Amino acid sequence: MVTAYDAASDRVKVGPRGAKPRRRLSRRNIIVYGTLIVVSLYYLLPLYVMIVTSLKGMPEIRVGNIFAPPLEITFEPWVKAWAEACTGLNCDGLSRGFWNSVRITVPSVIISIAVASVNGYALANWRFKGADLFFTILIVGAFIPYQVMIYPIVIVLREMGVYGTLTGLVIVHTIFGMPILTLLFRNYFAGLPEELFKAARVDGAGFWTIYFKIMLPMSLPIFVVAMILQVTGIWNDFLFGVVFTRPEYYPMTVQLNNIVNSVQGVKEYNVNMAATILTGLVPLTVYFVSGRLFVRGIAAGAVKG
Amino acid sequence: MTGQTRGSARPNQWLRNLNAKIASIPMILTAVVIFVGGTAWTVLYSFTNSKLLPRLSFVGLDQYERLWAAPRWLVSIENLAIYGVLSLIFSLVIGFVLAALMDQKIRFENTFRTIMLYPFALSFIVTGLVWQWLLNPQYGAQSIVRSLGWTSFNFDPLYNSDIVIYGILIAALWQGTGLVMCLMLAGLRGIDEDIWKAARVDGIPMWKTYVLIIIPMMRGVFITTLVIIASGIVKVYDLVVAQTSGGPGIASEVPAKYVYDYMFQAQNLGQGFAASTMMLLTVAIIIVPWAYLEFGGGRKRG
Repeated sequence: MVTAYDAASDRVKVGPRGAKPRRRLSRRNIIVYGTLIVVSLYYLLPLYVMIVTSLKGMPEIRVGNIFAPPLEITFEPWVKAWAEACTGLNCDGLSRGFWNSVRITVPSVIISIAVASVNGYALANWRFKGADLFFTILIVGAFIPYQVMIYPIVIVLREMGVYGTLTGLVIVHTIFGMPILTLLFRNYFAGLPEELFKAARVDGAGFWTIYFKIMLPMSLPIFVVAMILQVTGIWNDFLFGVVFTRPEYYPMTVQLNNIVNSVQGVKEYNVNMAATILTGLVPLTVYFVSGRLFVRGIAAGAVKG
Repeated sequence: MTGQTRGSARPNQWLRNLNAKIASIPMILTAVVIFVGGTAWTVLYSFTNSKLLPRLSFVGLDQYERLWAAPRWLVSIENLAIYGVLSLIFSLVIGFVLAALMDQKIRFENTFRTIMLYPFALSFIVTGLVWQWLLNPQYGAQSIVRSLGWTSFNFDPLYNSDIVIYGILIAALWQGTGLVMCLMLAGLRGIDEDIWKAARVDGIPMWKTYVLIIIPMMRGVFITTLVIIASGIVKVYDLVVAQTSGGPGIASEVPAKYVYDYMFQAQNLGQGFAASTMMLLTVAIIIVPWAYLEFGGGRKRG
């Protein structure tokens, strides 16, 4: 065995596929784990600083360094960030933005997934003439910078009478979620055994019956992946929120940016960091809870660019 | 493929597969109206002198001449070039090295991966604000090093127009390298174990195996990653808004922000359209060769 040879000769040559080396403190292990631990600290540092800062009072921030743990833990900044921080004329904190984001994310996720899954199903199982052309345009279109399409969308939404409203934003999220979600569902449905579909056809099932009775129950995993992708993507959106809604409907990200980057008054770094954590909490929860599914989701979503 | 209605009379071409066609209406509308129509509309109006409202009075290439004479646009392009080249190189190199380390049959792989990828779950706004805080010269990195005794230490990227773009780069790499690592790791896992065995039998050093054998074999993954990073770079907007708002002065402006500001703040639509058309052109330059490599030459995907 190659492994035995490596362990015996003590050479730093164990390839990725080798079995676990026997000696714990080999030079190779120190280098690999050492690097990974240092890198991990770098990735964790901002999170640590955010949490620590948000728990300090302003006097402590002014004297201490940002890495020092809080001497006196206070949750006041969190309360303030949630309920009192000011954006423009309103001083009701991030809570407004949070509920806006919820009201944007929930329907956007449901509608975009419903539309795209039916679409992907039609593309995979009910091919009609011209479908591939539209699909290709859709996928290529995913690479067009949003900035190119923003203004025409403003006009379309204005004509529909939904510019500046939550409905308008939901439509925008459905549009821009369509390429990646359709691709995701099309590939998934195309990968299901064809016999299933044929058998159902022979039994006389139609388009919608097959979708609801056969395809839906079989594709729970891909729906979860799509949901993770959309929840994090839509929650984190900033550009569409700022362009397509009025201030009273601003999502949390926009409101957060307005709170932190407002030029008036003393900068309350502790409140800012609490607000930042609050905004990041939803996607982080999705990330930590979903684990591997998140990786699958972004691997698929990465195509969106 | 499947699902053709086998009606004996073949009533009407248009009614065949009617449900599928109805189901595809959103996709067709998006593709045709928004993606094709919207893009064509913007390109068309970039040749007009639209100000507050879009107007069809053509002025030829005026908007483009004005664009390329605007200092702010030139700064944006320069920033995008520096940021783009460096973030491509760094994220590919760091992402690959991390993936290679993660591929060493290590323990706690999941923990390490979770730590490296979590920034990607966060909004660019959140990332920008955190790094704004970390790079704050009064409290952040600079003051820490100074308090250690090196009092002349200067590192205030967000307040120094010469290096502000590097401050943004640091935040962008923190956010994005985890994704590159994941893609690269998937690529590495796809490589046949026998390659490693063969290389080891031949006594080729590990780094050489990576450079000469593994990386060339991962060409596809590299190209895909490159396209993903590149089209993200062109769109960079949120991060700059959160971290510096384009400042100090105009030192950290980027094209996406130029477009937004001219369209929605300065109400100079023509400039916004011309600038966004230039962005489209940039993306086309990246995407067309990739699409050719990926889909041209007879190979078809999906």
